Amino acid sequence: MAEVRAEMVANVWKVVVSEGDAVEDGDTLVILESMKMEIPVLAEDDGVIATLKVAEGDVVQEGDLIAVIE
Amino acid sequence: MFESVLVANRGEIASRVIHTVRKMGLKAIAVYSEADADLPFVGQADEAILIGPPDPRRSYLDIDAVLEAAKRTNARAIHPGYGFLAENADFAQRVIDEGLAWVGPPPLAIARMGDKINARNLMMDAGVPVASGTWEPVPDVEAAIEEARRLGYPVMVKAAGGGGGIGMGAAFDEAALRKAYETARRATERFAGSAGRRSGAPSRDPGILLERYIEHARHVEVQILGLADGTVVALGERDCSVQRRHQKVVEETPSPGVRPELRARMLEAAVRAGEAVGYRGAGTVECLVDPVAQDFVFLEMNTRLQVEHPITEMVTGVDLVEQQLLIAAGEEAAYGSGPSGHAIEFRIYAEDPERFFPSPGEIKVWEEPMGEGIRIDAGYAEGNTVTPFYDPLLAKLCVYGADRAAVLERARAAVEVFRIEGLKSNLPFFTELLDDAEFAQGTYDTGLVARMRAS
Repeated sequence: MAEVRAEMVANVWKVVVSEGDAVEDGDTLVILESMKMEIPVLAEDDGVIATLKVAEGDVVQEGDLIAVIE
Repeated sequence: MFESVLVANRGEIASRVIHTVRKMGLKAIAVYSEADADLPFVGQADEAILIGPPDPRRSYLDIDAVLEAAKRTNARAIHPGYGFLAENADFAQRVIDEGLAWVGPPPLAIARMGDKINARNLMMDAGVPVASGTWEPVPDVEAAIEEARRLGYPVMVKAAGGGGGIGMGAAFDEAALRKAYETARRATERFAGSAGRRSGAPSRDPGILLERYIEHARHVEVQILGLADGTVVALGERDCSVQRRHQKVVEETPSPGVRPELRARMLEAAVRAGEAVGYRGAGTVECLVDPVAQDFVFLEMNTRLQVEHPITEMVTGVDLVEQQLLIAAGEEAAYGSGPSGHAIEFRIYAEDPERFFPSPGEIKVWEEPMGEGIRIDAGYAEGNTVTPFYDPLLAKLCVYGADRAAVLERARAAVEVFRIEGLKSNLPFFTELLDDAEFAQGTYDTGLVARMRAS
């Protein structure tokens, strides 16, 4: 199980995956936006999206859980 | 001269403009969003009006809100700074229609230069050298691939209406071109400028163009002033080759890669470019320079004050904002007797110094260097919170000296002393840059930062 957390304060601009999706290491899960920059959040493991904690338009703080990959 | 000026911007550039407005004895009016109520520029103005929530589309980009604030405060002129509404021809026209002085070029000049394809064609007609590229937007990715075959790789992919490097990408083969095309197309959707266009349907005209990409090029721009009587003058160049993600981080003047003969040709071409669009006020003609061939091509024109204008002010002794205001009032401007000395600007961003990712947060400590040849244009102070809503520029450290060696020495000391704590800043990157051999020798090009990070 791998937890994916936000590295900075940001808005969730795009959610690319859904719960239950199979993902591979390096796949884009969501795209954050902070200070006029797009920051893709990538899977760091192969697996299935067990939990997806964010929706488009959400604001995440540094350390907030974005997704769990199992 | 009008008696009051509303500054339709935020952060360091709002502070910068307010400073000159007040120095000239005029009333300075600020507008601010809910996110910026505590920032220095709000307090520095004679009057400040809250215009909306943090989302820029509902505050700094909201034309009606800005014009309403101008009415309420009886402002007589509007200075747009850079970014936000500065290059919005519709906004400029609305300001003029309201009977206010617009501190910028004529709306038609903004519109003609804002479309990069149109601008390049116009420049070619005016006898300014341009890069070979597509003459109209490519309709889809397949057409882009066909054009790239004609031009030859590598190619640069750009959003026709984009700016500040957003959506730009170089492609060395077809696979990379497909990716770069998608990035540029997304950027045109997102940064279309008007509210609401971002969510939902893709825009009808993606407006993507391709240009032949010049490797190892330097990015050099010329500052021009279009005077009230129609004359256009050039105030020297700025080298903006230190870039990350195609966005400038450090600029210097004069450029160490431009020899006098090339400089003369570039300045002359920049004047012709300004004359071709009936330019008034401060503007910048951006070029790509091949330092080996000592040749250049026109890239684009920025119809506004640039972030990096202070280094031109330092070597010419001219207050560019003051000249903008004089020209907007139809008065005579001063442009000095030519540059002397050397100046470098370091853009201090709220971002980590390794990967350059944004780092909003609270500024717990802010201690600036002081001394001869040091100028700091800051948008924040100790205790302020840097929010994720706007660009990451915290301050500009500008260093002047008799020659480049003197500037580098002063800059090393200044970067050493500058303390910003509570969030990540790119100050450590400047220590690294000042130790870099290419930068120290002045032989760098736009690939410098990528090379520093690759090693």
